[in-house]
Amino acid sequence: MQSQPSLRRCRQAETPKASAYLFLIPPWMFWLVMALVLQQGVLAAERTDPALVPNMFAPESAPAHSISHLAGLVLAITGAIFVVVAGLLIYAVVRFRRRANDDGTEPAQIYGSGPVEAAWTTVPFLIVIVLTLTTARVIQEVQDARKPSAALDVQVIGHQWWWEFRYPKLGIVTANELHVPVSQGRDRLPTFLELRSADVVHSFWVPRLMGKIDLVPNKVNSMWIEPERPGLFLGQCGTYCGTQHALMLLRVYADTREDFDRWVKQQQQSPESNPTVAAGKLVFERTACINCHAVGSTVADGRFGPDLTHLMSRDTLGSGALNNSVEGLRAWIKSPNQLKPGVLMPAMNLSDADLDQLVAYLATLR
Amino acid sequence: MNGTMNTNELSGTMPLVPVASTDKAAFDYIHSWLVTVDHKKLGLMYIMYGLAFLVIAGLEATLIRIQLAVPNNHFLSPQVFNQLFTMHGTTMVFLVGMPIIFGFANYLVPLMIGARDLAFPRLNAFGFWLSAFGGLLLYYSFIGGEGMAGAGSAPDVGWFAYAPLTGKAFSKGHSTDYWTLAIMIGGFGSIATAVNIITTILCMRCRGMTLTKMPLLAWLNLIMCGMVLIAVSPLTAAQIMLLLDRFAGSHFFDTQAGGSATLWMHFFWIFGHPEVYILIIPAFAFASEIIPVFSRKAIFGYPVMVGATLAIAFVSLSVWAHHMFTVGMTSTGNTFFVVSTMMVGVPTGIKIFNWLGTMWGGKLRFATPMVFSIAFIFQFLIAGLTGIMLACAPWDWQLNDSYFLIAHFHYTLVGALVFMIFAAIYYWFPKATGHLLSERLGKWHFWLFLIGFHITFDTMHIPGILGMPRRIYTYEAGRGWGIWNLICTIGVVFQGIGILIFVLNILLSLRKGKPAGSDPWDAWTLEWTTSSPPPEYNFAEIPTVKSRRPLWDIKHPTDPDWKYE
Amino acid sequence: MTCLIIAESAIFTIFVVAYLYYLGKDRSGPTPRQVLELPILNTICLLSSSATITFAVRSLRIGDTKRFSVWWLATIALGAYFLLGTGREWVRLVYDKGLTIQTNLFGTTFYSLVGLHASHVVVGLLALLVVMAFAVGGFVKQEHADRAHVLALYWHFVDMVWIVVFSVVYIIGR
Repeated sequence: MQSQPSLRRCRQAETPKASAYLFLIPPWMFWLVMALVLQQGVLAAERTDPALVPNMFAPESAPAHSISHLAGLVLAITGAIFVVVAGLLIYAVVRFRRRANDDGTEPAQIYGSGPVEAAWTTVPFLIVIVLTLTTARVIQEVQDARKPSAALDVQVIGHQWWWEFRYPKLGIVTANELHVPVSQGRDRLPTFLELRSADVVHSFWVPRLMGKIDLVPNKVNSMWIEPERPGLFLGQCGTYCGTQHALMLLRVYADTREDFDRWVKQQQQSPESNPTVAAGKLVFERTACINCHAVGSTVADGRFGPDLTHLMSRDTLGSGALNNSVEGLRAWIKSPNQLKPGVLMPAMNLSDADLDQLVAYLATLR
Repeated sequence: MNGTMNTNELSGTMPLVPVASTDKAAFDYIHSWLVTVDHKKLGLMYIMYGLAFLVIAGLEATLIRIQLAVPNNHFLSPQVFNQLFTMHGTTMVFLVGMPIIFGFANYLVPLMIGARDLAFPRLNAFGFWLSAFGGLLLYYSFIGGEGMAGAGSAPDVGWFAYAPLTGKAFSKGHSTDYWTLAIMIGGFGSIATAVNIITTILCMRCRGMTLTKMPLLAWLNLIMCGMVLIAVSPLTAAQIMLLLDRFAGSHFFDTQAGGSATLWMHFFWIFGHPEVYILIIPAFAFASEIIPVFSRKAIFGYPVMVGATLAIAFVSLSVWAHHMFTVGMTSTGNTFFVVSTMMVGVPTGIKIFNWLGTMWGGKLRFATPMVFSIAFIFQFLIAGLTGIMLACAPWDWQLNDSYFLIAHFHYTLVGALVFMIFAAIYYWFPKATGHLLSERLGKWHFWLFLIGFHITFDTMHIPGILGMPRRIYTYEAGRGWGIWNLICTIGVVFQGIGILIFVLNILLSLRKGKPAGSDPWDAWTLEWTTSSPPPEYNFAEIPTVKSRRPLWDIKHPTDPDWKYE
Repeated sequence: MTCLIIAESAIFTIFVVAYLYYLGKDRSGPTPRQVLELPILNTICLLSSSATITFAVRSLRIGDTKRFSVWWLATIALGAYFLLGTGREWVRLVYDKGLTIQTNLFGTTFYSLVGLHASHVVVGLLALLVVMAFAVGGFVKQEHADRAHVLALYWHFVDMVWIVVFSVVYIIGR
């Protein structure tokens, strides 16, 4: 058995290679700092409104808060584990490296240790129990929450690649942009969503409001959100559903009670007949449009594509593919595939005159 | 110490790099590889096949990262992008991961247990060619046919091919069929090889090598192959069902006729989760052989390592639905899978501690295999911790199918598995070829790849937290994702250069590398008793062993292992 | 062979799970109770063939190649009868009852599960026939008993699976 040289003699005896110390830079910390510095700069450059970034750690809805708190606890525990174990690893790498003046003998061969193994089995096991119990509580809190009688009901139906929203008790059908009331103060007003799919598996994900729940064909899922401030919340489909999965965007507008009531009234109105755009309406009704689209109180009652009754009240077209404007609408109808390659709406091959009239008509559908 | 006191050292046979260069010699040389049933040649072919596809899948990933580097990019169309991410995932799991781990098992298991070949050499060759054919069939899809959107027929349904997107109604053309058939065929090859390896380990160990005296690599491969038998079969079954749906009009996953989309998910993940353990357990095996040698200490806690791996194998069969937390299972169902998933983290953590315990008190030599192994421990730790985060079902409702998830599984698959594959190549390349790989190039490879890996995959957690889902071909500006994606893409450059240096290292060292001798690392298991490369029959005389480290006993006759084990 | 049986068991388990999962979920079409008749004779034949193959292997172990051939042939005959019976049942189901794999979920799971089993019987029969050919040519000797035993293991497995399939499809399912 060789005798251990004292630590002091060790330090004087050899010059450790600089590369040995590179292990001491925990990559996490370095990149975190870089990240925070860059984030501010680029947010400004991208003209990003920080309130719109769908950050799951900026929750603004009761279930999202529950998740975020749980996440904080898990992060703290796993962070502590990381510091301890990585610390031991780095220590071992530095302390037990072969010195330049090594005499070539083998170190003491230690085959194992019962008590040590027991210790590092028991501690993780206990940590797991704590985490499991906490998690189980949050699962119940979110998934099995009782629905208050005042809650708003919305049916969400996922399509390739757009969202259909139905408010059964209010008689409203719309697409891609969800309006819900804000829930502030004592009288809670959550929105309960029933999730269905018309074709393949989709997923409803608005990170600031709640985690994602899938829309599975042949199955009804449910979730609830409870936005606590008025504003726009961004999200999108969270499960690959085909070619244009990327452009199945979600916009959830949390409205104050007054704004929400106003919106509901407007959506409940049927479109008035407007003689100046009668020609366009004719184009709409004679072309295949009505096979896929519905416009309230007209012969158009197609269900394959979005309901267009209040098309111009929405901010975007094509589930977020482009901003809603008359020019955008014209370009979309002319060639949807240019703006959203693979979209299931075919180019209608209308003449320019027909197209102009059609767009004029659709522009009145507020 | 090196190469002076070894038993069974005999002259090698046909060198890996042909010396003569007449046409007939070249033809004979290639022919010998094509018809071989020798486990060493087949093992090397598996590994070369896997490395070739590693480069191809890496190029696919590079294209993906270029497209995602900035918002609203038009570098790739959505159709091509969707094919690329599907092929990248499918290739990496089935044409890189599986072949390479089977390649190493093929090469090393007989040598380490004192056998001359696997139990069924012809079945071995059959398994290899079946797997190879599967891979070629998959890649033929790029040039064959019409596909979902006319851009060649490469699969574009994601590597786990969820129903009903893969049904006839939503996946017209043959892209899904290529995916299904290619993998099914490869699956048969995997099952065949697993049967072979299990039989070899159970029936062909040399005298004195009881199961408790087997090298950990043999144990872990035994466990891995047992998992292959149980886990790959469900995928084969589900794929048969999918083919019946697509060709015979059945309704297994046809939701329009009452079929179930979640049934496919269950069947797939009953395969899919054990599959990732199948992939990582060989990495554990490599670590358990390499770390002791470069720490100059026996592995800490051999029986516990075996027990922990068995625990992982069993528990991993019960965790599959943690991939389905968002699908709408009951709260009881969700809770069950939270518990089982967290449980599987315990034996996994124990293994990390045992490697640490091996290093503790040792004399660490930082040769290239060791630095990759140390990085492996560090990265696998992080991967395990993000796994714990994902195991919390409510948090998973946010994190699932986001870039956080992608960061997690690349941490396990690249940060742990690929790093250990590199370590294993640097460690055993001298044995297989007789030449050492260059340490200098090895270190360059290591540092560049390490830096690139961390730039890409550390950063990648962030867009996930900020709400970026996976499998999107583009994203709008204004969500705050642009800068993170750009940083991720930059990391690819470093990784790419690292791989180039690696390939260069291999090519140069094959011809000009320093001669290795039979035991360049001063190691302790039976493969280091043979010449480098070993003769075709491995051992002139089957050895008899008394302990887990037969060479240690020979090198330390006054202090042999069998006195203390 | 044991390893292969483990892998195959896993495949069959998945098909059985699918069968059980979809029981009663049909939206239309014939139900099991309406169309299935217990294939008693078929089952007896197949299960007896396990006995005959055991006798065959035992005969070979003691070197009685003649008896071996007789029992081996009996196994083949019983297995072939089973297949014939399955075929007749399928013809009846398709033409008389209108049940195909496309009809409904029951059709899908029934034909795939029973079909998967039948395909394994076919493969087994082919292997048995090859051995029969060798036996007729006089090439099968006492030292080959172990190999015959391995094949017999496969055959036993096929019979075991039939017991499961029979119970699930014809007893539980109805």
